Amino acid sequence: MPSTHNYLMPHDQKGADISESASETRQYISFTIGQEEYGVDIMAVREIKAWTDTTHLPNTPEYMRGVLNLRGVIVPIFDLRCRFGMGLTQATNMHVVVIVQVGQRMVGMLVDAVSDILTIAKDEIQQMPQMERNIDDEYLSGLVTVKDRLVALLDADLLFNQQSIENGVVLGKAALGDK
Amino acid sequence: MGLRVLAVDDSKTMRDMVGFTLRNAGHEVIEAGDGEDALGKLGNDRVDLIITDINMPRMDGIALIKELRAHHIHKSTPILVLTTESDNSKKNEGRAAGATGWIVKPFSPDKLLQVVAKVCP
Amino acid sequence: MPQEFDLNQFKVTYFEECQDLLETAEEQLSILQAQLGDVDVETLHAIFRCVHSIKGGAGAFNFTGLIEFSHILETTLDLLREGKIQPDHNLVDCLIRSNDVLGTLVHMAQKEIEPSPDIWKTIASELEKYSGLNITTSAASLNEEDVSPLLASVAGYNLTAEEEEEQGWGLFLENILPPSSQMSSEMEKDDQGWGLFGDEPEIENNTETAHCPELTKPHYRIRFVPEPHLLQFANEPLLLARELKTLGDCIAHVDVSRLPKLADIAPDVAYLSWSFDLYTDRSIADIEEVFEFVIDDCQLDIQLVDNREQIEVTSDVADSPQDEALADLAGDIQPRESTPVPRPQKEQSLSKTENKKVDMAANGNVSAPMVSSIRVELDRVDRLVNMVGELVITQSMLKQQADELANNAGLRMTQGFEELNARTRELQESVMAIRMQPVKSVFARMPRLVRELSAKLGKKIDLITSGEMTEVDKTVIEQLMDPLTHMIRNSVDHGVETPDERRAAGKPERARIYLRAEHKSGRIQIEVSDDGRGIDRDRVLAKAEEKGLIERDVEIDAQAIDNLIFTPGFSTANSVSDVSGRGVGMDVVRRNIISLGGRISVFSTPGEGARFLMSLPLTLAVLDGMIVKCGAEKYIIPLTSIIESIHPVREEIKSLMNGGTLVSVRGQYIRIVNLHHLFNLKDAITDPAESLVVIVETERYGYVGIMVDELLGQQQVVIKSLEENYDPIAGVAAATILGNGKVALILDVDGLAEMEHGAEKRRKNKSLQRQVFLTGE
Repeated sequence: MPSTHNYLMPHDQKGADISESASETRQYISFTIGQEEYGVDIMAVREIKAWTDTTHLPNTPEYMRGVLNLRGVIVPIFDLRCRFGMGLTQATNMHVVVIVQVGQRMVGMLVDAVSDILTIAKDEIQQMPQMERNIDDEYLSGLVTVKDRLVALLDADLLFNQQSIENGVVLGKAALGDK
Repeated sequence: MGLRVLAVDDSKTMRDMVGFTLRNAGHEVIEAGDGEDALGKLGNDRVDLIITDINMPRMDGIALIKELRAHHIHKSTPILVLTTESDNSKKNEGRAAGATGWIVKPFSPDKLLQVVAKVCP
Repeated sequence: MPQEFDLNQFKVTYFEECQDLLETAEEQLSILQAQLGDVDVETLHAIFRCVHSIKGGAGAFNFTGLIEFSHILETTLDLLREGKIQPDHNLVDCLIRSNDVLGTLVHMAQKEIEPSPDIWKTIASELEKYSGLNITTSAASLNEEDVSPLLASVAGYNLTAEEEEEQGWGLFLENILPPSSQMSSEMEKDDQGWGLFGDEPEIENNTETAHCPELTKPHYRIRFVPEPHLLQFANEPLLLARELKTLGDCIAHVDVSRLPKLADIAPDVAYLSWSFDLYTDRSIADIEEVFEFVIDDCQLDIQLVDNREQIEVTSDVADSPQDEALADLAGDIQPRESTPVPRPQKEQSLSKTENKKVDMAANGNVSAPMVSSIRVELDRVDRLVNMVGELVITQSMLKQQADELANNAGLRMTQGFEELNARTRELQESVMAIRMQPVKSVFARMPRLVRELSAKLGKKIDLITSGEMTEVDKTVIEQLMDPLTHMIRNSVDHGVETPDERRAAGKPERARIYLRAEHKSGRIQIEVSDDGRGIDRDRVLAKAEEKGLIERDVEIDAQAIDNLIFTPGFSTANSVSDVSGRGVGMDVVRRNIISLGGRISVFSTPGEGARFLMSLPLTLAVLDGMIVKCGAEKYIIPLTSIIESIHPVREEIKSLMNGGTLVSVRGQYIRIVNLHHLFNLKDAITDPAESLVVIVETERYGYVGIMVDELLGQQQVVIKSLEENYDPIAGVAAATILGNGKVALILDVDGLAEMEHGAEKRRKNKSLQRQVFLTGE
C-alpha cells in the first residue's frame, strides 16, 4: 500500500484549501532533466526513490520504462526525458523516480535528480510563453523564476491523464502493427 | 452513572444504533444477536437493563423474556422490547411475557435514553 | 468522548445487512415454493424477519419509500405466518417479485434516490389483494364499521400508530381507562382508604398542609393502584413518581392499606398504592405517558380537579425528607435486583424458584451460542491477503539468498526456510480461507431465473441444486454469476423442450435441470445438466457452416460438433429472443471462464440431455504458475493452461508461407507463438529447434506452443493487477512479484495466440499486396 508518510510532506496541509488569494503559496518539488528544471505540486508526490531495474512492458511507447514493485503495488514508470522528446535516459541508481498520484492512479517519473522544495506564491507563476521549450507546453501549468533559475511547473494530471496514457498505448500498438 | 445494558437484536444496524447511543451516554452495552445468544452471554451476570427485539431467529424476544423472568437473577431486571408500530399484538405478547416496557422503532437517541431513564433508577 | 449521533455511520452496516437479508429472503422464498402444500412455519418466520429488519432500519434512516413498501409486504407476511392466509403458487410468486422490488428500493436508498411510488404500486396492490381479501373474510363476523378500522390497523395507518410515532413509544391507554363516572366514585372511596406514608397509626393523623404548590396550574388527581404482579415486570413505582415530578409540582400520597404483616410480605408483590396531586400545564396524554408501561398492570385514573381546593398533603415526592423514607420503604418492601435474595416466606415459592433455576441451567447447556461470526470489511481482509502475499514473496527472496550461501550454514538455513515455507503456506491458506464463501449466494439466484424463464417460455422445469455450501474465493464468486446465469438460460431456452414436445418424446412434462457444485482436485467443478433434447448436431453443423465457422464437407466427430457451440459468434437461437439472445452465447461463457483460469466442456446425448462441466480455480488471488525465461525477461504461464513442454527437433518444425511456424507433436501440428517477436524481446532464442516450446490450451486457437528460452520452475504467485495504475496490455493477463522483488508479467495465452494469428494475417496481407504489385495490375 502506498505510504503517505513522507519526509517531504509538509505538515501544514492548508495548501488544499481553496482560497484564490494571489499571495497564496504552494509547495513544489523541483527536479532536473539535463539542464532543465521542473516542478511538481508536492501534494501529488507520494514518494521519491532511487531508480531500480523495472520490468519491461511489451509494446508500449519508448518513454514507458516498465513497471516496478512499490510495496506490492505495480507502478508504471515514465521516462520524462524521453516523454519530452529528448531521448532515453541512461538510467543508473543515481537517477530518481518521483512517484506521483494522478487521479486514482500512481505513476512514477524517471528524472535525473531531485533538487529542491520550492514555495511559490500564485502571483509569481507566469504563463507559458509559446514555443519556449522543446516540450509540449500543454503539460505545463506555468513558469517560475527561482534564484535566477527558470522552473517549469508540471501539471501531473495533464501529463498522465488517462487519455494520454491510452494514446501512448495506441501509439505502441500502431508501432507493433507496422512490424 | 453507567448502566450495564444487554441489547438483543438480530439486525446489526439496530444493535449498532442502540449500542452507540447508550455507550455515548456512558453506559456499558453487551450485544447479542438473538435470544439464545443473549442467554449465553448473560449467564448469571446481572445487567441493569435488557433491550430486546421481538422477531429473531432461534429464540425470539418473547421466549427470551419468558426465560429471563423465570431466572432468579434476571427476574427483576427491567426489560424493554423493541417493536414496530404494527407489532401491537407482539407488544402485548411481550408484556404478557413480562417485559417492563417498549420502544417503538425507529427511535431517536433522545427517546431511547428517555425510556431507559424511565425504567432504570 | 461522546460522539455526534450521526445516522450515516450506521448506513454501511445497514446496506450490508440488507444485502444479506434480501438474499436470505430469496432463498427462503424458494424453499417456501418447494414447501407449498406442507409449509414449515419457520420458513415464513424467516422471510418475515428479513423484511421486518429491512423495514426497521429503513425507519431509522427515514427511507420513506422503503418503509412504505416493506410495511405492505410485511403485513402480508405477517398474515401468512399467523396462518390467516394460505400461501399458493401465485402468492409466493408475488412475494418473490416483491422481494425484488424491495431490493430495488434498498438499492435506490443506497444511491440516495427517492423512489417513485410507481415502483411498488402494482405489486403493492397485488399484495394488498391477498392481505385485504383475507381480512374481510376473517372479519366477517364483525359489522362493517368495525372492519375498516381493522383493515386500517393491519395496514398500520391507525391513529395509535401516528400517536406513537410522535412519541416514539407506545400507549395502551384508550381502551383501559375506566369510565369517568366510575372513577369519581372510586376516588371518593379511595380517599378514605388512603393511608399515610409509613402507615403507622400514630403518624396517620399527622397530616399537615404541604408547602403550597403552584396552584395556578391545572390540578390533576392521579390514582395509581398497582396490580400485585406489577413488580414482576420490573416496573418501579418510585421511578413513576419521580417522572411525574418532572411534569410539575407533585404531591404523593401513599396507601399502605394493602400491606400485610411483615412476615407475610412476598418480596415481588406490589402492596402499596398511591395518589398524586399534580399541578402542571402538561396535557393528560403526557401524564398518561408516564404510566405507559404499567397501564395494563394497575388501576389508573387521572382527573382534572376543577375547583382548586386546598390540599392536604402527606409528602412531597422529591423534596421532603419523607420522600427518602418512602424510597427506603419501597426499597425494603419491593426489592429490586440489588436486594439480597429474599428469605423464603413460603415453602411453595422456594421450590418453585429452585425448579426454575434447574430448568434454566439445563437450558443453558443447550442454548450455548452456536457458530459465532463477525462481519469484517472486505478491505481489511484484502489487505491481509496482500500482506501475506508480500510475506510469501519476501520469504522466497530470503530463501533465494540463503540458497546462494555455500556450505553448512546455507544448508541449515535452507532447512529452516523449508519449515518457514510450510508455515507461511498454512498462514496463506488460512487467510485465503477468510474470503472463501459458499457458492450458495450465486446458486440462490438461479431458482428464480428458471422460474421466470420457464414461465415466459411455457416450459415446466424443476431446478435441483446441490453442493451449495461448496466454498470458493470471493473473487471467483463475483465472476461466477454471469457464466452460470448464461448456462442456466441456455439450458432453459435451448436444452429443455416444451411440455408438448416432451410428452411426444415420452418424457415427463416437467423437465429437470441440475446445478451441482463440488471440490475436485483443488478446483471447484460446477455442473449444469438437463434432461432436455440435447444438442441438435445437425442444426449446429448447419449453423456453423452457414456462419463460416467450419469448412463444408469436412469430417467432424460428434464431440467436436457439440463443442462448436463454444465458437465465437455462434448462437443456435433462431430468433434473438430476450432469453439467451442478445448476440452472446456459450462462446462468451467459455471466454469468461477461461479468462478466470477455468475450463468448460459439454457432453450431450441427443434426446436425453446435455451436461456442461465447468471447472474453476478456487481463487483468483493466487495462481500456480510456471516461470519461463525469454531473453532477459521472466514471465509466468498459468499452470492450468499448460499441457506439456517440448524440445522440438528440427524435423518437427514446419515454416509457413505467412511467416508462421508449426511444430508437429505426435502427428498433430501446433502453431508456435513467437513470444520474443510479439513482445519484441532482444537476446531471445529465435530458432524453434533450439528453444523450448510450452504447449498450452487456448480458447479460440486450441493448442498453441509458446516459444521460450527455458523453464525456470513452478511457483505459486500472488496475482497483482496491472490495470490499477496502467492500461491493459495485449498478451499480458496480470502481474506478480517474484522472489527478488521484481515484477513479472503473467501471460495471457489466448491473447498471445490472437496476437500471433494477427501478425501472421498481416504478413499474409502484405505478401498478397506485394503479389498484386508484382503482377502489375
